[in-house]
Amino acid sequence: MVISKAAQAGSSETSDILIMVSPNPDGGIKLELDSKKVILKQFGKQIEKVIREKIAEMGVKDIMVIAKDNGALDYTIRARVQAAIERAI
Amino acid sequence: MKNAVGREIPEYIEGYGKVRPFMGAFANYGVRERASVRLRSVKPGEQKLLASIDEVVDKVNLKDGMTVSFHHHLRNGDYVLNLVMAAIAKRGLKDIHVAATGIFPIHEPLVEYMKKGIVTGISVNYISPGPVAKAITQGYLKNPARFMSHGGRPRAIESGDLHIDVAFIAAPEADAYGNINGVNGPAACGTLSYAIADSIYADKVVAVTDNLSPYPACPIDITQDFVDYVVVVDSIGDPNGIVSGTTKVTKDPVGLRIAKIAAQAIDAAGYIKNEMSFQTGAGGTSLAVAAEVRKIMKEKGVVGSFAAGGVTGYIVDMLNDGLFRNIFDVQCFDLKAVASYRDNPRHQAMSGSLYGNPHDKGAIVNNLDVMILGATEIDLDFNVNVVTGSDGTIMGASGGHNDTAAGAKLAMVVTNLTKGRLPVVKEKVTTVTTPGETIDVLVTERGIAVNPRRQDIQEKLVAAGLPVKSIEELKETAEKMTGKPEPIEFTDKIVAVVEYRDGTVIDVVRQPK
Repeated sequence: MVISKAAQAGSSETSDILIMVSPNPDGGIKLELDSKKVILKQFGKQIEKVIREKIAEMGVKDIMVIAKDNGALDYTIRARVQAAIERAI
Repeated sequence: MKNAVGREIPEYIEGYGKVRPFMGAFANYGVRERASVRLRSVKPGEQKLLASIDEVVDKVNLKDGMTVSFHHHLRNGDYVLNLVMAAIAKRGLKDIHVAATGIFPIHEPLVEYMKKGIVTGISVNYISPGPVAKAITQGYLKNPARFMSHGGRPRAIESGDLHIDVAFIAAPEADAYGNINGVNGPAACGTLSYAIADSIYADKVVAVTDNLSPYPACPIDITQDFVDYVVVVDSIGDPNGIVSGTTKVTKDPVGLRIAKIAAQAIDAAGYIKNEMSFQTGAGGTSLAVAAEVRKIMKEKGVVGSFAAGGVTGYIVDMLNDGLFRNIFDVQCFDLKAVASYRDNPRHQAMSGSLYGNPHDKGAIVNNLDVMILGATEIDLDFNVNVVTGSDGTIMGASGGHNDTAAGAKLAMVVTNLTKGRLPVVKEKVTTVTTPGETIDVLVTERGIAVNPRRQDIQEKLVAAGLPVKSIEELKETAEKMTGKPEPIEFTDKIVAVVEYRDGTVIDVVRQPK
């Protein structure tokens, strides 16, 4: 699947994550994750893994992702990534 | 060495001294002595009124290395600590120990004084997240901060563990001869309970007021025989910061569900009955528990003996509704509580010592039936952390947490099972504030866990059909949602020493990496 435009899903509410996706002219997957320090320290790797897995599952090869997390759980993260990508293709 | 909650604590901590390890919540009672007090007697005709904080600093002969104390009833509206510390900084004094009952974001200037070595020690029983807590976490304070409980601080003062050279008492109303009250004036805050031990035991006591009234400043909370000087400043505090922000019942459906289950559990355990006593914090979920308990009390026609604690308008309403005969008040959280304390003789102040001191002849926490507590984390041994976030950052201090848990017949922790992505039930809490042996029940939106020490409660809750689970099950449920957190790494540097209410060390806070 090819990302053709910028799109987003989610929000900055507590327990949600804002996913902003856009085409990546350099190719490949570029991911910027931001959250509270307390969450990054304990769950940063896990959140990144969930996002990358969802991207791979949807067959996307080239994408820029900016993720602003506010304590979302894995299923929320997956849903937001999926929605953002579907809006961007 | 390992203390009784299994924490590895050094025998000696640089900048703190020799450590008395925590031996158990009830291991340390018996014969006690109180410190003697050194004072300068006042002759008839002498004046106490001084013109400025600078003049006060001269008169009380402040020197390097001294301990100055403050009380926190003005909360995040307090100007007094900053005014006094600015005068001390201007003098070029250093190595000052600030013994404040509470520290708030407004006290940010302390950070600069810490960096410059003007302030090298802090003792505190309550601290809210903010610049000072952050600076302590980051190791800017030369000596480790000393965290106490609301009952532990007066214990330390009365026993001589904490000697105060000069106590500065924010006084919403005062007369020129040193009578003080907290109920009148632009910065009215209600009771002055946390300042009582300071006023009795400090070498010098200074009333700082913006509301000098004709003699005598009745109704008096702290009397003239304890006060050396009175000084008038433009303003001691901002009324908007004095009123606490968290005094409304939560609207969050999860919080409301927790409250409902909590009240049912209190009832099923048999504690909602005539003469019951009750205390809850001012947080939204805790107040929601009060609202649910109130409903059940009304249905049953129950009249309780007293409600205690930091008091909100909500608790005042319960008093006025006839649900409790009395209130014991250590801190008024809003203006309704201030007015009730001023006008209603059934709404009575209690000093910090009377509230929770384990080494007096019986604190009011000993008369508590039901205590509703919060938690940042709770572990499989029911140990509770309210000091550090799960990343090791300082977020708070005991306040009355471990005092009330030790005293109450039913100490109940109410909390969401997860906060955002963070699980609240852990294998081991980051920092122990309150030992699990004093916690009876944990209530979450996904079920109730009863401390195995309380089989009696367990049986009653099961019989009532409440969703009782083991604490291990609750931990698994939480981790199923959040995933397993990666462990946090710490350096060896101790940035704070957490004292249990009896003055033994229950844990230390190390600087996170």
